[in-house]
This record gives sequence, structure tokens and C-alpha cells, in this order.
Amino acid sequence: MTDAMWAFGRVSGIVALVLLTISVLLGILTRSGRPLPGLPRFSISLIHRNIALLASVFLVFHVGSLMLDSYAKLKVVDILIPFLGAYKPFWQGLGTVAVDLLIAIIITSLFRKRLGARLFKAIHWLTYAMWPIALFHSIGNGTNGLSGWFIAFSVVSAGAVLAAVIWRASSRFIETAHTRGVVR
Amino acid sequence: MTQLLDEGMAVTARTPQGTNRLFVAGERAHYNAHVAAYGALDLSRIGPELIAELDRSGLTGRGGAGFAVARKFGAMPTRRGRMWPASAVVIANGAEGEPRSLKDEALLRNAPHLVIDGLLAAGAAVNAARLYIYTTAASLETVKRAIGERRDAHRIHVVEAPDTFISGEASAVVNAITTGTALPTDRTQRLTTSGLKQRPTLVHNVETLAHVGLIARFGGDWFRGVGSSRDPGTRLVTVSGAVPRDRVLEVAGDTRIIDILAASGAADSHISAVLVGGYHGTWITRDHLGANLSNAGLAAYGGSPGAGILYVLDVNKCGLRFSAEVVRYLANESAQQCGPCMFGLPEMATLLERIASGDRDPAVARELRNLSETVVGRGSCHHPNGTSRFAISTLAAFAADAQAHLQGRCLRVERH
Amino acid sequence: MATPTNRYQLHIDWTKCDGRGLCTELLPGLLDRDKWGFPVAKTDDVNRRSDVQVPGSLLDAATDAVELCPLIALRLLPPASAS
Repeated sequence: MTDAMWAFGRVSGIVALVLLTISVLLGILTRSGRPLPGLPRFSISLIHRNIALLASVFLVFHVGSLMLDSYAKLKVVDILIPFLGAYKPFWQGLGTVAVDLLIAIIITSLFRKRLGARLFKAIHWLTYAMWPIALFHSIGNGTNGLSGWFIAFSVVSAGAVLAAVIWRASSRFIETAHTRGVVR
Repeated sequence: MTQLLDEGMAVTARTPQGTNRLFVAGERAHYNAHVAAYGALDLSRIGPELIAELDRSGLTGRGGAGFAVARKFGAMPTRRGRMWPASAVVIANGAEGEPRSLKDEALLRNAPHLVIDGLLAAGAAVNAARLYIYTTAASLETVKRAIGERRDAHRIHVVEAPDTFISGEASAVVNAITTGTALPTDRTQRLTTSGLKQRPTLVHNVETLAHVGLIARFGGDWFRGVGSSRDPGTRLVTVSGAVPRDRVLEVAGDTRIIDILAASGAADSHISAVLVGGYHGTWITRDHLGANLSNAGLAAYGGSPGAGILYVLDVNKCGLRFSAEVVRYLANESAQQCGPCMFGLPEMATLLERIASGDRDPAVARELRNLSETVVGRGSCHHPNGTSRFAISTLAAFAADAQAHLQGRCLRVERH
Repeated sequence: MATPTNRYQLHIDWTKCDGRGLCTELLPGLLDRDKWGFPVAKTDDVNRRSDVQVPGSLLDAATDAVELCPLIALRLLPPASAS
């Protein structure tokens, strides 16, 4: 039973990371205001949200099953306060940080109409910190963190996110930028 | 003939006759001179009945929009049904953002007590909890001094308005008093329903309130004693441009523009056109200067008196060049909050500058018309609307100049 | 503010709108897009460009637009409440 929990915990963690990576990329695409062939802007926005929510579900599985696993020794406090873990406290702590950031991001997103655009936007920028922290947590804390295939995945996804961030910072990023003489 | 507001107010030698109404107390009138000229105003006798008197008077706003004053007062919620009725706010707007307008400053400098009377009377009529005077740095001291000269005005808060074009926009006024930022805000309700801190708020131009101060004393019928039935009372006008000296005049309603120009010393032969209503206004060309300065008189030209601003364009100056500078100014004065205004107005300015500089492409004017149409009604205030109106009016009034420019000629002596 | 009507009105807060265009995708019958990306109401009445009348059949789509606008620049106002 506990082996199953352990395996389930690892797999759900990897799935969550993959989904978060896709969500980050779609989030940057959303911000550009550009559609994709066959996918209007509102669809991209919805898919971005839904994948992020799905990632959160897998994170609940990831954290939950590791709490139920006797080997991992994960406690409730480890979800909130980083670096207190018994096993690889630093790398596990990064996971805590990432999940805490994600909780803030998800909650402000779900309640953005009530909280206002400014707060939503400010917290959402933390995504750029949350994702690399989650990646490093996976590499440092994951059982397969240094396996060949996982390293390959990490390199590819880091490359994709880096490329997207560079695109984000470019002057032609916003779809309508070329029509607007004034920088807003 | 003068309607009595109540038995206490009789027609006296103090009742202003003729068109000199706002400056009877003389220049820089101290409170004593003000009372000597008009009599004291007994605020304890003023209540909601003032609104009926304002309705009788037919007074319209003197800040630009020309809205019926009694109607705005009437939109304020009444006592009935309100648990805490005394929550209304009245704001005297003396921001005078239009560069070619001098009347509010002149009024506040010379007759601040009339404005204060009007503000206090308005406050009494709507049971206001808060009163404000919002005005630029130039007029702050004179207003504060005037408040200090009397005993009934200490509850008035004086707030400084920045020297920008849009600082006098109604929602910008409320925003400035609330947050210190004089920029228009998005609104889904009238200010009279929900304004300053969600309270019912009346914003009136300082001149409008000065007239209210007089109507509170002498009644609505007295107000109608000069002017016409369709444009009663008097208004202040500022005349600048091709005149010996920039002037502020008080004229009766429905006065002909040409008579105002004559009183200002403008030489008939030197006038190309007159811009009526400030930088959001309309051009009236030399053949039509017999038009009356009133809503009805200017309706045929798509114009209105606005805040009574008349700019006289000299016949030797190119109206397209002047107008291009105005549109560039208006573009720079955008609050930079709303896309169509932020991006549309600078493009309109560039196009008009090209026309003024002699660009020979006929598509430029067409593009300007299209842009003018695109930006109207798509902003949180009327800045794009007014700028459009001005641009379209420019193209119409100076069509001959535009035609000449297309052919590589200029009709005016002063080149650019 | 537009004059009261008996239809729902889609209120555009221009101070928040950044012309991202999601609303124009969800309400193509109601909104065009200008060259800078901002919505243009498909109506001849210039007074209804900031409070756009929404026919009943488009109410669901309008609700989606309000929910999905990235800048929270849209509001749906019930009939006869605008102004």
C-alpha cells in the first residue's frame, strides 16, 4: 500500500509539473493577445486556466499521497512552512515554496473579480518564480530527478519557458503593439 | 414683476438692473462691499423651494455642458425615504481647464462672495453635508481670503485643481477631491446618484453658482429679466485672439456674436472666423457672425456657447495651422487612460498637421474624418468627442484653405 | 452613461480596457475591433458605444465576455439601471 502511495506521489508530481509547464506557456501566449490557428483568444485563456486547475488537482494528489506514505514523512506543516522536512529539507522546501506560491496564484485568480485586477496581476507575476522553483524541487527532491529522461525533459521545458520569456520581453510581443505609437 | 422668494426679500435699489449683475460689488469685492451691493443672503430661509425658483429662471450650466440647472438639482435624492438624508455633496468647479477661458478666474478674483453664496444656497437646497470649492492655484488664496471674511463659510473645503485641460471634468473633480488624482473615472451612475464617496454629488461651475446666489435673492423672474425667453439671464464670455486685449465680458443671453466682438474691439475686416466654445467647440466663419450666442442660435452650426469662450482668428492666420496646434495640445492633454483617445488623438493631430503643412494627399482629410468618427463615445469622458467635433468643424470651416493646400497654395499671408 | 432601456447593457470601462479582443470574439454580432484592438459597438448611435445594448439571445455570450475579460473591463448592467 505504501509503495503504491509512494509511486502515485511521484507520478502525480511529474504530471503536475508537466501541466504547470504547459500552463505557463499558454499563460504567456494569453498575455500576448494572439490567437492560434483554430483556437480563438478566449479558448486559449480558458485552456490556460483549466490546465492550471488540473495541475493543482494533481498537486493535491502529490502532496496528499506523500503525506499518507510512511517513508516520505510529510506533515501538514510541511505544506506551509518550507525547509522543515526530514528528507532533503532544502529541495523539499522548494516544493513547499512553489505550492504556497501556487495557492496564492490560484486563489487570487479564482476571486479576481472581487479582489481587483491590480492584486490579481501582482500575484500572477509570481508564476515566473513559482515555475523554476517547482522545476528545481523536482530535480533535487525527485527520485528520478537526475535520471536521463527527466533531465532531458527539464532541459526541453526550461528551454521552452526561457524562449517564451524572451518573447514576452520583446517589443513585438503584444499583438497590437505595432499599431500603438505610445507605450502603455 | 420680480418674483419674491419670500416676504423678507423685497425688490430694492440693490436689485441688479441691466446686464451688469455679477460684478456690481466692484473689483476684488470684500464681503462688506458684496453685502452693500447685493444685500445679505439669509441662508436659514433657503431650502428645497430654491429648486423651483431655479426652474423658473431657466438657468443653464455655465461650465460648458449647458445642462438645465434645476434638472440637475432635481436629480438629487430627496429626504423622503432616506434614513440619513444629509449626505449630499455640492462642489463649486473653478478648475477652468480651457486655456482660452479667463472668466472663472475673473469671477473668483472679483466676486468670490457671489460664488460662495451660491454654493451655500445650493447646499441648503439639497441639505448637503459637505461643500467644496475646487480651483487652481491662481485662485486659491483669493477664495480662502473670501471665506475668512465671513462667518457662514467655514465649512467649505477648498481643494486645489491642477492646471490641466481635463482637471475640470466632473468625475475628475470628484476623483481629485477623493484621491488627489484629477483624472476622469469610469462611471455607471450619474454623480447625482453616486459621486464623492458614493454620496449624491452636485458639481456646478463657479459662474453657475454665482447666478444661483443671485436667484436665491432676487428670484427666477428677475433672472429672466434680461436675455431672451430661450436663453435667459446673463453669461460671462472670454474673448481672445485678434482683439486688442483678452477680455471677460458679461453679456445677456442670445447676444449676437458680432456684437460681442464689437464690444471687444475686434476689427471686422480682420476676422476670418471665431471659435465658439473653446477647444472642443465649433468654428463660426465671418459670414455667420450674426448668429446668437445660445444653444438655439448655434444649433444650426452644430455648436453651443459652452463656457462662453470666443477665440477670434485673424484673417491673415491659417486656421488649419492654428487648429493643428489645438488638436496636438488636446492629444497631449489626454488622461492616457482610454485606448481610442490615447492612440486616436495623436494620430488626428498628425493628420491635421500634415494638412496644415500642405500635404497634397487627399486621403489625409478622409483619414482624419474616419478617425474622428472612430473615437467618439469611446472613452470614460468626452475628451475624444469634443476633439472630434473640433476637428470636423475645422475641416468644414477652412475647406477652402484645405483645398488650396492640396493644390500647393496657401490663402493666408502668414506662412508656416 | 447611456439613457435607460429595457435591455441589458454591456458596459465597457475604457480606463481598464486594453483591446485584448476576447469580447469581440465572443460577441461578433455586437462588437467590431478597431486597428488598436479596442471594441467598437456595431451601432449607429454613438451614445451606445460604451453601454452596448445586449439582445436576450446574446446574454450568455455577454456573461462569458464579462467573466473572461483579462482586465475585468466589462460589466453587465441590468435593464433601466444605466445612469
